[in-house]
Amino acid sequence: MTGGHGFVVKGDPDSRIHRRGRKPLLDRLDVELTERCDSDCIHCYINLPAGNPRVRARELPSGEWMRIFREAAELGALTIRMTGGEPLLRDDFSELYLYARRLGLKVSLFTNARRITPELADLLARVPPLERIEVTVYGMRAETYEAVTRVPGSYAGFRRGVALLLERKVPFEVKGALLPPNRGELDEFETWAATLPWMERSPSCSMFFDLRTRRDSEEKNRRIAALRPSPEEGVAFFARKPKSYRREMARFCARFTGPPGDRLFACGAGQGGCVDAYGVFQLCMLVRHPDVAYDLKGGSLREALVDVFPRIREQRSVNPEYLARCARCFLKGLCEQCPGKSWAEHGTLDTPVEYLCRGTHAQARYLGLLAKGERAWEVENGPERVGRILAEVESS
Amino acid sequence: MTEIRMEAAYIPSEDVVAREIEGELIIVPLAAGIGDSDDELYTMNETGKALWARLDGKTTLREIARGLAEEYEAPPGEIEEDVRGLMTELMRRKMVVVQPGR
Repeated sequence: MTGGHGFVVKGDPDSRIHRRGRKPLLDRLDVELTERCDSDCIHCYINLPAGNPRVRARELPSGEWMRIFREAAELGALTIRMTGGEPLLRDDFSELYLYARRLGLKVSLFTNARRITPELADLLARVPPLERIEVTVYGMRAETYEAVTRVPGSYAGFRRGVALLLERKVPFEVKGALLPPNRGELDEFETWAATLPWMERSPSCSMFFDLRTRRDSEEKNRRIAALRPSPEEGVAFFARKPKSYRREMARFCARFTGPPGDRLFACGAGQGGCVDAYGVFQLCMLVRHPDVAYDLKGGSLREALVDVFPRIREQRSVNPEYLARCARCFLKGLCEQCPGKSWAEHGTLDTPVEYLCRGTHAQARYLGLLAKGERAWEVENGPERVGRILAEVESS
Repeated sequence: MTEIRMEAAYIPSEDVVAREIEGELIIVPLAAGIGDSDDELYTMNETGKALWARLDGKTTLREIARGLAEEYEAPPGEIEEDVRGLMTELMRRKMVVVQPGR
C-alpha cells in the first residue's frame, strides 16, 4: 500500500492503458455535427449550404448526440473530435460541448473560427477543451482567403475569431489548405503560424484534395480534381527541404509500407469511427459506402464496434485490378489508396485511384525507390530498396 | 504549502471529472486552472485510487487512513503519511476540497 511519493501520474492515460494491453473498446470518436458550412470552399469534399433547412432538419437533435457521447464515454473514449461542415453552425454547440466535457471527455474541435464569439471564447477559456483547437486557414489576406471560401467578409470573420482565441489564451493550432489562390503565400503563412504561442511545428497543409464523399456532384468533383497539384508539383512541395524530407520518408517507408494483400481495411478504420450528421456510424470519416455503415438510430456504438465493424474489416477485395496492383504494391502506406478514397473516386471500395498511384510513383522515383518506367507492384525487392535508402539517410 | 487536516473530511472538486477506464482512475480537469497546465489528464496510482474512492465528505482523513491500514495490513503511521502526501498533491492541483462544515 505504501506509495512513498508520486501518487498522481501526469501524462497521457491513453498510452498508459495501451501499454498495459488493456485498450478500451473505443479510444476516441469523430463526430460530424453538421455537413453545413458558412464557407463555400472551392475544394471541399463535404460542405452543404449553411442555411439549408432540409439538411438541418435531418441532422441529429441534441439529445441523440448526448446519448452517443454518453455511450462513447462508457466505452472508454477519452476524446470526441467535433468537426463538420462547420460544427459551430449548430445552435446547440455550446450545450453539446459542455455536455461532452462534463462526461470527462476531451474535445478536439475543427473549425474555421469565424463563429467564435466573445461568449464562446469565454466558455472555451473557462472550460478548456483539453485538446488544441484546429483552425483551418485559407489565405493570408482577404482576396486570397475569399477566393477559396467564396464568402465576402469571411477573412475578417476568421481574423476576429483567431483574435478572440488569442485574447482568451485558448490553445489552438492552425493548418492550411494549399490552393491556387493562396499558393504564393505559403512562406507568409508559415511565418505567421510560427508567431502563435501553441504552434510547436510548421503547420500542416492539405493539397491532395478528396472528391465529394457523398458523391453528390460531378461538376464539383471536376473542379476539385482541377485544383490538385500534379505529381511533380507534389514532390516539389514535399522536397522543399530535401534532406529532412528524405530522412523522414525513408524512416516512414521502413515502418509503414508493404503489400497489404487482399484485405481492404489494413488501416485502423473501424477500431474507432466517425458518426455523421445524421447518426450513421462509419468506419472512418471518408468511407460512406452504404454497405459499410451502421445506423445508430437503431443501434449502439458497442453493437457496431463488437458485431458489425470487425466483420466489415475482414472484407477482401475481389477486384482483379486491385489484386494485381494495390494488393501487391510495396509502396502501400506511402500511397493513400484505401476504401475511403476508392469510394470517393469510384463508388467502390477497391478500385485503384490513379491520382494517388501517380503521386506515389513520383515520390518513390524522387526517393530512389523506383526507376523511371518501373511499376511498384511489379517490384520484387521492395523491402530491400527501402532498407537501402534508410541506410543511406542514417549514415549521411 | 497547503495544509492538510487529518480531522477534516474532503470531497472531489466539482471542477474535475473522475473516470475509471479499464481499471485506471483518470482525473479529467473540467475547469481551467486545475493541475499544472490546461491540457493534462492525471492518472492515480493504486494508492491514489484507494484513497479517492473514500473521499465521501463524511469520513475524515484519519478514519480513511485507519481503514486503509487495516485493509492493506500496513503500519498506520506509514499509511497516514501516504494519505497526507497524496492529499497535499491533490489540494495543490485543486482536485479536492474540504467538505464545508466539516
